[in-house]
Amino acid sequence: MKKLTIVIFILCCMIPFSVFAAESGVMLDKAPIDTTDNASLQRGAESFVSYCLTCHGASYMRYNRHRDIGFSNEQILNKLVYTGQKVGDLMQSAMRKKEGEEWFGVVPPDLSVIARSRGADWLYSYLRAFYRDDSTVTGWNNLVFDRAAMPHVLYQLQGEQRLTIKSGDKGEQKSLLLDKTGNMTVAEYDKFVGDLVNYLVYLGEPHANNRKSIGLMVIAFLIGMLILSYALKREYWKDIH
Amino acid sequence: MSKQNSMIEWIDKRFPLTSNWKAHLSEYYAPKNFNFWYYFGSLALLVLVNQLITGIFLTMNYKPDASMAFASVEYIMRDVDYGWLIRYMHSTGASMFFVVVYLHMFRGMMYGSYRKPRELLWLVGMAIFFVLMSLAFTGYILPWGQMSYWGAQVIVSMFGAIPVVGETLQQWLLGDFTLSDAALNRFFAYHVVTLPVILVTLVFVHVLALHEVGSNNPDGVEIKANKNPKTNIPVDGIPFHPYYTVKDIVGVVVFLIVFCGIIFFAPEMGGYFLEYNNFIPANTLQTPDHIAPVWYFTPYYSMLRAVTVNFLWVDAKLWGVILMAGSVVIFCFLPWLDRSPVKSIRYKGPYFKIALTLFVISFFVLGWLGTKSPTPLYTLLAQIFTVIYFAFFILMPWYSKIDKTKPEPKRVKE
Repeated sequence: MKKLTIVIFILCCMIPFSVFAAESGVMLDKAPIDTTDNASLQRGAESFVSYCLTCHGASYMRYNRHRDIGFSNEQILNKLVYTGQKVGDLMQSAMRKKEGEEWFGVVPPDLSVIARSRGADWLYSYLRAFYRDDSTVTGWNNLVFDRAAMPHVLYQLQGEQRLTIKSGDKGEQKSLLLDKTGNMTVAEYDKFVGDLVNYLVYLGEPHANNRKSIGLMVIAFLIGMLILSYALKREYWKDIH
Repeated sequence: MSKQNSMIEWIDKRFPLTSNWKAHLSEYYAPKNFNFWYYFGSLALLVLVNQLITGIFLTMNYKPDASMAFASVEYIMRDVDYGWLIRYMHSTGASMFFVVVYLHMFRGMMYGSYRKPRELLWLVGMAIFFVLMSLAFTGYILPWGQMSYWGAQVIVSMFGAIPVVGETLQQWLLGDFTLSDAALNRFFAYHVVTLPVILVTLVFVHVLALHEVGSNNPDGVEIKANKNPKTNIPVDGIPFHPYYTVKDIVGVVVFLIVFCGIIFFAPEMGGYFLEYNNFIPANTLQTPDHIAPVWYFTPYYSMLRAVTVNFLWVDAKLWGVILMAGSVVIFCFLPWLDRSPVKSIRYKGPYFKIALTLFVISFFVLGWLGTKSPTPLYTLLAQIFTVIYFAFFILMPWYSKIDKTKPEPKRVKE
């Protein structure tokens, strides 16, 4: 019993590590992530290639890795590869770094592992939080990432938002209002961004699902080992106790 | 004579196989009352082997080049068969090495395992700890992410704080005026060749020293002082093999369940084993808002930041470095700081128990503070707990002497 208490104590000591990990000024919306949903990942992949890959690279990822999410090599070539690359090539950006720096002031970051540094909720909120702001160079600003260098690439889909500030008891409260509607309804756009972010999470660690399913087998095996090794120990220690 | 026996005899005439097997396993007598805390030595050995083996496979695909390092780690994560598993085993192993070693050291502090005749054993252990810290530091640079780069920048600038020779020393270490490809290359060499060789040698010496003096135990009783006069075997001792080999296997399996649980289900461990910012490639022009070392260094990092004023003609930064180095080196003096007539916490008095509890609390609080951006309140807390941390050691000769101890038994308890 005493041993068990100690083990539990040690495990508890490790919990705080995960509790105070994320910190951000703005409340983030929860992203609808399900990396086992291949249909969502495929939609996300297609949107990623048509909207993001022009400026951003995903240069640690190979096109043919997308067989993981249910595409065939032919589908990959038809739906994802625009620039005449081979199916085994890395997903390089179409834009040169120098041009990016001239146009946006910074080189657009590679997005291969962006979901691992920013987190899915941040990306999901960010892509839905652009608003019109005449004081910036691009004419766009973002509630999650103030003065982001990226203009609102998806405005034709989402429409244009406006920032409203209400001063209440809890200080300033910022919210966004849809001024001009886009090609999509709010629900459609949220789903679009949800699929895209879902894909980015997959892109950050393509083997994650595989990892978890192998993990279950490994843990099951180890529990079996535990029973056997404990029985062995008891057998040997009979003559000591 | 069976074939196997004649084979062993053939070897024994040329190499001391049977005698070593007996001396270190089948006739090495360990106290029979080892408890939970005695698993971590063998577990540390397990993690060491894990690091060595996974490290070799990582080296086959990693590129120690500032322009390629980050991409090569992602190549391992994506394109190398089971590369993700090897990498997570290595990164989780690094953190678990410290978990296991910290618990192993804490065991020594509770049961007085550093006391005579085990002073040298403790010092070799401390040397292992220093090498382990260097390995962790040089290893963390290799992925060349933002935290690799800026964390290393903080550590390296500490050398610059040393008076007179500091800056020259810093340049000599880096092989350049700033942290760059030259430093990455040499840290890679230290991480995969120099330090592992030293570590393995020291671990060997540690085990040799242990087997010379024999293991301590939760009662702090010297089992060698009470031998059966006929057999010359300690009455409270049992052969390490098979008793502790089979017991340690249980410990290994429990450890592996935790270890694999992390590898397969939470390899980032909420940003503490793999920091989120380290998934951003190193950018020499952009300092992150908040630089935090990996969790196992945060207590010392807190102490580094705790000194905010210059005093005694020494500036605050240098004091921070002195405190940080001192906080680790001071463990080496434990065998001589402890003046208690008994070894184990079981027979020590309330002063030691209170002091050790406060020490553990301060270690955790300092560790937690090291992960946060400094605020006036946090800095004050860091200062208070730094004082408590050092008081545990500095006041030990006094409180351990006047403490009310219970008499140590002659034999170990069941």
